[in-house]
Parts: sequence; C-alpha cells; structure tokens
Amino acid sequence: MSNPQLGDRKFIIGGFFCLVILIYICRLFYIQIIDEQYKDEAINNALRKRTEYPVRGYIFDRKGRLLVQNEPSYDLMIIPKETKGCDTMALCEVLQITKQEYLKRYKKAIQAPNSPRKESIFEKQMSAPVYAALQEKMYRFKGFFVQKRTVRKYPRPIAAHLLGYVGEVTKEKAEKDPYYREGDYIGITGIEKSYEEALRGVKGVQIAITDVHNKMVGRYMEGKYDTLAIPGKPLYCSIDIDLQEYGEKLLKGKKGACVAIEPSTGEILAIISSPSYDPNLLVGGKERARNFTKLYYDSLNLPLFNRALTAMYPPGSIFKLIGALIAQDDGLINRNTVYPCAMGYPPMGGKPKCHAHGGGKNLPGSVAASCNSYYSYVFREIVDQKKYPKFKDGYNHWRDQVKTFGPGTRLGTDLPYDKPGNVPSTDYYDKVFGKNGWRSNTVVSLGIGQAELLLVPLQMANVVATIANRGYYYTPHCIKGVGNEKYLDPKFKVKHYVGVQKPEAYQNVIDGMQGALEPGGTAFTNRIKDIVVCGKTGTAQNPHGDDHAVFLAFAPRENPKIAIACIVENAGFGNTWSAPIVTLMIEKYLKGKTDRPEVEKRMMEANLIDKKNPVAEKHR
Amino acid sequence: MSRDQNSIFAGADRLIIITYVILVILGWLNIYAAVYDEDHQNIFDTSQKYGKQLIWISGAVIIAISILLIDANFYTAFAYGFYGIVLFINIMVLFLGKEVKGSKSWFRFGDIGIQPAEFMKFAVNLALAKFLSNTNIVVSQQFRLRLNDLIKNYKNTVYALVFMIVPALLIMKFQKETGLAIVFVAFIIVLYREGMSVNFLIFGLLAATLFVVTLVVTQIATLLIALAIIAGAAVLFIKRSRKNLIILALIFVCSAGVVLATNYVYNHLEPHQKDRIDILLQKKVDPKGKGYNVRQSKIAIGSGGFLGKGYLQGTQTKYDFVPEQDTDFIFCTVGEEWGFVGSTIVIFLELFLILRIIFLAERQRSDFSRIYGYGVAAVLFFHVAVNIGMTIGLMPVIGIPLPFFSYGGSSLWAFTILLFIFVKLDANRLLILR
Repeated sequence: MSNPQLGDRKFIIGGFFCLVILIYICRLFYIQIIDEQYKDEAINNALRKRTEYPVRGYIFDRKGRLLVQNEPSYDLMIIPKETKGCDTMALCEVLQITKQEYLKRYKKAIQAPNSPRKESIFEKQMSAPVYAALQEKMYRFKGFFVQKRTVRKYPRPIAAHLLGYVGEVTKEKAEKDPYYREGDYIGITGIEKSYEEALRGVKGVQIAITDVHNKMVGRYMEGKYDTLAIPGKPLYCSIDIDLQEYGEKLLKGKKGACVAIEPSTGEILAIISSPSYDPNLLVGGKERARNFTKLYYDSLNLPLFNRALTAMYPPGSIFKLIGALIAQDDGLINRNTVYPCAMGYPPMGGKPKCHAHGGGKNLPGSVAASCNSYYSYVFREIVDQKKYPKFKDGYNHWRDQVKTFGPGTRLGTDLPYDKPGNVPSTDYYDKVFGKNGWRSNTVVSLGIGQAELLLVPLQMANVVATIANRGYYYTPHCIKGVGNEKYLDPKFKVKHYVGVQKPEAYQNVIDGMQGALEPGGTAFTNRIKDIVVCGKTGTAQNPHGDDHAVFLAFAPRENPKIAIACIVENAGFGNTWSAPIVTLMIEKYLKGKTDRPEVEKRMMEANLIDKKNPVAEKHR
Repeated sequence: MSRDQNSIFAGADRLIIITYVILVILGWLNIYAAVYDEDHQNIFDTSQKYGKQLIWISGAVIIAISILLIDANFYTAFAYGFYGIVLFINIMVLFLGKEVKGSKSWFRFGDIGIQPAEFMKFAVNLALAKFLSNTNIVVSQQFRLRLNDLIKNYKNTVYALVFMIVPALLIMKFQKETGLAIVFVAFIIVLYREGMSVNFLIFGLLAATLFVVTLVVTQIATLLIALAIIAGAAVLFIKRSRKNLIILALIFVCSAGVVLATNYVYNHLEPHQKDRIDILLQKKVDPKGKGYNVRQSKIAIGSGGFLGKGYLQGTQTKYDFVPEQDTDFIFCTVGEEWGFVGSTIVIFLELFLILRIIFLAERQRSDFSRIYGYGVAAVLFFHVAVNIGMTIGLMPVIGIPLPFFSYGGSSLWAFTILLFIFVKLDANRLLILR
C-alpha cells in the first residue's frame, strides 16, 4: 500500500524534473539567442573557400639568365555530391582508368578528411594530351572541374642539387603549418627549400556563402576577406649558368664535387655534385614518383646525394696551407725555414712518406712541392711550441685556429643539410689512445690533412677563398638577392676574419701556391697562359679505395675573381684529375674559353665510374 | 471518460496518446530534414531512413493497439515472465547477434535490425513494480546505526537494485552498449518515491560529487589527504560520542573508497570514453578531435536563433557537419531549423508527457500501476535529460535516443510498449483493485 508519508515525494520528483528542464531552456536561450558565436561559426561552416594558387617564383642566374621557370599543370578536381549525371564511362576513357579505379577514387573523395560536398583532387597533373581531350568533353563531366597550378620547368638540365626540387607537402608539415593543405607543393631540398617562403608566394582565397542546395548565395562579407594570389618572388642566384654547365660536363662520368666561390663576396659561382641528374625528371605527378624511385635506388651512383655539401672527405695536402699559415702566425717558421726530408719524415723513420721533390725546401718551395715531411715538422712545432707547456693546450690552439677557417662547423650557408666536417678533439683522442696514450707525433698526419680530418667540398672552397682574400671570408651563399629589391640576408655581408692575419704569412703561402703551377711545382702541367693561378694539389688517402684527387686554386693572383676547389673520388693524383678541371673552369670563367682543347676533351670523355674505360686506364 | 465501453480506447488517457502522436510525427519530419537531400525528396521512399521510420511507426501503432486489447491483468501476472524472457533474449544476442562497431547487441533480419537491450527497460520496470508492490515489502526509510538493523532495513532496497544491476551489467559489459546500460540508474527515482531512505540519495550525491572531483583533480594522494583533514576537523567540532565517531569513520572510509574506485575505473575506461569525460570537464580542448560532435552540435543549435532557419533550411544539417544527426543528435535539427521556439516546444511536450504520467500514476489505486507509472516517467526523463543535455554540452556524449523522436525501430517500439502498458493499466484503474 502506498505510504501516506511518502506523498510529498511526488512534488520533489516533479519539481526536480521541472528544474532540470528549466536549466535546459535557459541554456538554449543562452546559446540560441544571447551568444552570437555559434551563428558566426555556422556561417564559417557553410563557407566555401576556393584557393587560388600563386605562381612560384622564377630563378635567374647571376647574369639574369633564366634557370628555373614554370609551366602550367592541370589537376582534375571532384565534388562528389555534384557528380549526378556525369558520363563516368567517357571520363574513365579519357583518363585511361578502369571503372574500379574510378570507384576507388570516388570513395576516397567522399571519405574523411574529404567530404562529398567539398572538392578534392581526382587526378593529379594531367598530361597535355589528356587535358586537351578532357577539355573537349568537360560539359559531360558534372561535378568535375580543372584546377590550374604550375610545376617547375628547367630550360637547361643543370644544377639539380643546388636547385633541389618541389614536391607534395608531408602530412605532418601540413598539420603543423597552417599555410599548407594536404596536396600543396613545397620546396623539399636545395634553394627551393631554403627560399621556400619567398618562392611560394601567397595563396589567394575567395570565400563564398552557400545555401542548403550548395549554391553560392553571395560573397562572404562582400568579399572583404577575399584575397588575390600574390606570385612568388623571383630569386637572383649567384650561379653562373655557363660555368655550372661547363663544370657538370667536366665532372661527368666521375664521382666528386666542385665548388667555385667569388672571394670578394662569398657568392657561389658554381656548385657541382657528380653524378647528377636532370632536374626535369623530378617534376610532374606520376613520372616524378617513378623517377624519384629510380634515382633513389641507384646505389652505385647515388645521384640524389649532394656531395658538395654532405660528402666529408679527408682534405689531404691542401690542408698544408692552413698549417703553414698558423705556424707563421705563431712565429715558429718564416719564409726561409727549411726542414729535412728523406722521402719521408725523418724523426719517425720516414713516416709519413714523401715523394722525390729534390732537396730541403724553404716555405714557398714546400708548398709548391707539397713536402709531407715539412708539414709534419710544422704540425709538431705548433702543437709542441713553448708557449703551451702541455701539448694538449698546443693541440687545442691548433684546433681552434683551424676551425676559424671553417672546418669542423657548419658554415651557415643558405643551402640546407650541409655537414660540418670534422676536426678531432682531444677528448676524441683521449678516448681512442687513452688519456696519456698520445703525443703530437701520434697524430702527426693531421698536419698533412689525413687522419680523422674531414671537410666537405664547400669548406675546401671556403679555405681557398679565405687565402685569396688574405685572411677573411664571407659565408658562402648562392643568392645575389631575393625579389626585385634583391634583398640579401645581412649575415652574408659580414666579413669573418680567420685566426691568421699576418700579410706576409699569406704572401709566402701564395708564392708557394703560384709555384705549384710553375716548373718544379706539383701542378706545373696544368698552368694557364696569361693568368696567374695559385693552386694546391692534394691526394687524399681514404679507407674506401684509391686516393681522392683534390685541387684548389684561386685566380688571378691580384684581385682574385674566383676561388675553386674540386675533388674527384678514387681518381689518384690531384694534378691528374682535379687540377685540369679546376684550371679549365678558371679559364672558362675568366676568358670564356680554353686554350687547351685537348685537355678539355680528355676530361669530358673520361669515365672513372666505369673503370673499363680505356681513357681512364691510360691516365691513371 | 464517457466513451463507448467497448472501444479499445475506453478509459485510455487521451492527452498522453495525443502527445505521443505529436512527438512521433514531429520526430519523423525531423528525421526527413536530417537526412534530406535533393536526390531523394519522396518522404515515403523506404530506401531512405524517413521511409523506414514510417514503417517502424506503423509497427508501433499496431503494437500500441495490441497492448490496449490485451487484458491489463496479463501484465501484472506475467511481470516476472516478461523480465525472464527479455533477459534471456539479451543473453542470446551475444551468441546470435551481429557485431556492429565492436558491440554485439543487434539481431539482423536482412535490412532490419532489432536491439533487444532497448526492450529491457519495460521488462525491468514490470519486474520492479511487481516486486515493490508486494505488500510484505517495505522499503526502508529509517536510518539506524546498528548493523543488524542496517541489513534488515536496506535489504529490500538492495534486492530491488539487483533487478536493475543484472541487466545493466549484461548490457554494459557484454553487449558493450554503455549508454543503454546507464539508463537503469533512472529507476533510483522509483525507489525514492517508494520510500527508499534519503540517506541513499545523500550518499549517492556525495559519491557523485567525489567522483567528479576525483576526475577533475586527478591527484589522488592530495585528495585523500584533504579528506583526512576534513574528517579530522569534523572530529573537533562534533560531539565526540562513540556513535558519531563510528559514523564519521564510516563516511571517511566510503569517501576514500569512492575516490580510489573512481580513479581505478577512469584508468580502465576505453580511450574514447575517457576523452568524452575529459572534454565535458574541459580538461581537454580539441575542436577538431573528440569534442567535434558536441562542438558542431552546439553550432547547429546555437545558429538556429529565436525562430530557426525554417524547415529544410538548416545549412549545418544539410552539410552533415553533425554526425549521427538522425539518431542521437536529432535535437540539432530541431534547434537549427525551428530555433528557440521549436526547441522549447519539443522539450515542453516531453516534459508534459512525463508530468502527465506522474499525475496519472499518483491517482492509481494499485501499487503496481503507480510504481510502473513512475518507472515510465523516470526512464523517459532520463532519456530526455541526457540526450538533450548532451547536444547542448551539459552532459557527456552518451549514445541514447530522444524518446519517440530519434530514428530507430527498436527504441520507438520499446518506448511505445513501455508507455502503452501504463496507458492500459491506467485505463483499467477503476475496474480492478490490484
């Protein structure tokens, strides 16, 4: 039986129900009538944004010649909800896809993150014939439209590593950076990456309000928020197209790198990594993917590997230049200092070995003849000098001085992904030999650019540019200016002074470098008429096989216009392979042509990758 | 009620039936609006959800009439039988059912699906009414400390709770339909009406508060220390009799237990359930992530304004911004297209129906009918409160339908059975004394 005491509880229950409903009504009143935020968001939801893609900035060389341009590309877009009455069969025929493929793509377009009411890409970068065929029948393909974009085109198939390539933005990047939507293009390597923000321009957007039938009913806020696409800024590259192209031809068939810098500005004139590839291979939709895979898996040549910035090589004899400069700066040697050489470094039983260069040399002579013994003495003089009672302090002094020239740190150039190289630390040797297990003689081969010393080709070029400038360098960069105002990052206008500033130290070393291309010098066979070239050969031993051929030089001696370093992997003597390339490029740059067509021919035809080539055999 | 005594509607409450019909028709029109698209404009098209809903509605009408035709004594006499059969079917679905989105709670017959968990509501209600209307049973309303008394007095309440907890666990644990299981909480209202001690509710409320505090604070150690400090302070201020101290100790232990249990349960929830709680408590903000549904739902309702955008004119509805808009989020369509006025009307219709049921329940002579009536009111109220609360961001997202409104045959039929058994009981109230 009902308990009369409980009669009141019906009011409590009923009251509770009414109270909850009252709260809900208040809430509804608040969000529907008072708070305007939801109305704005609803409009936002119903807005249709159409993106207008800007043209990517053109890239010119230092003389204003076109390096990279654009050509139109057409994406087929789909709005699935509007495809009723579309002639599907005809569309499949034009695109040369099966019906299953059509359905697969259709399904992708209606599923998240796409939506049946929103546009998404159906076919990327149609080829010109497909686009032409499609355009004819476009009226039959309801719910489809063509979106115009541009892709890169390279009038000359050169400088692939420098320029880099453009590809679709990754999902992670698109989520992090609000500028990008999935499917957008972005510079992935090279200057396309480092100058992405200038090159990409600004996307335009047109915002329309749609009604329930998905019809445009007007522009949002009378077009107040619509924007026009702003084209990407043009880029004025410091590269000389002719020199770059010439260098690539010379290095064809060889593995290696060559970097040329204008010493007075730090501008990179040519930067070559070989083997290379035609940059035109990496544009376009399907072909891009196919070509990229092919290049990526070419494990013999590694064409995508940018040796100029990321391959770390032992510098070999070219490093003696730095040793000579440091020792002079410390007052340990002068122009007339002579050290004995007995086909090697006498105190250690003729190791490191040396070659027959005829008698003890003075400083310039030792540079020209590249005496290993001389620079073993020099290295130990620096490390064991009286100023530093502990040899490790002497070693650190040497290391600090070397690092002012660039090796061991990333130079901070405007090209992405450059490597720092390596100048080993005392900690490293403590680990290898034990805390007391090493002395200056243990690591004496550092003095001749061997042991754990590693430089990337860009750093080698920077060293020679520094010597050409007699003591300072500008951070190497490949841009003269961005946009029509030719803006250049101020950090590229800063002079970096190295640890050696004595003019006579440079004088003596440069005399030796000039001597290298004179009778008795290591590169005598590569002298050039009319131009005083100062160079240094290097033959870098390495654990990967035959020695790397290294050569660096600047010219002319007074007011140098070009400083250049070249390395050819596993090719042997620096004078045989690298010096001809360097001197030919100097001729090309300064005179426009070479006086030694037979050398040019030999270099262009030589194929060192395929060692069966008879030309290569003959000159080894 | 001077109507033909032979009519099946004899004595049936016309206000309830009219409200029911209005809600069902409004629901159908809104389902049409929610799934409307230009390609399929025929509201009778049975390939579309609104066409299917029409079939379900026809079925519901037949069910309603059948219930009114059967002798009211049948429901009373066979109450436990219904409970047993529906419970059995709910177990069978675990073996014969079809798996949908990870939960095995649907029978499939070709194009048609039936979810037996929906029907558990009226079965529990019948069994509970039968149990509580037994004259020998008095649900305790006294609070005594002695353990002996405690067991005796609360025993019947605990028995009654078992009727709900068994199917609730079955549905939650094995059919993985958390929303449908939580509904059984509503029967607490019935127990309260029938004399359950207010202490249960106070304890329940305290537990719920601690539950929420635990979820917000998350630092369990801090919380337990705070509880201990409060208990210590209480010792200083109350009369330090043995009885009071035992009560205090008991409260402290229970509170600590709730905190630890909450923490345990929260840590063992499915990730999506955790997210829902975090979003409601605003511990997590992610407009594009898990909170998307609620955000879009609020946008749709909020953009409706005072009078709404007009029937079939809702842009949010049309562009499928709100997921599940024909079922759990049907109220968005109402809010957007009919505005504040329409939303209020729908809420008031539901409230009117519930209050009318309470009013009728109170005039019953038989305990069974009264208790059953309160059960109907409680279940309907729970659905309305949770469903609408979730669309306007006042409740966590729990997938339960809006009674008579949402798309779906099982829920419509189950609510129809639930309601019309009461209508039949009420129609016979003068004839029989149960």
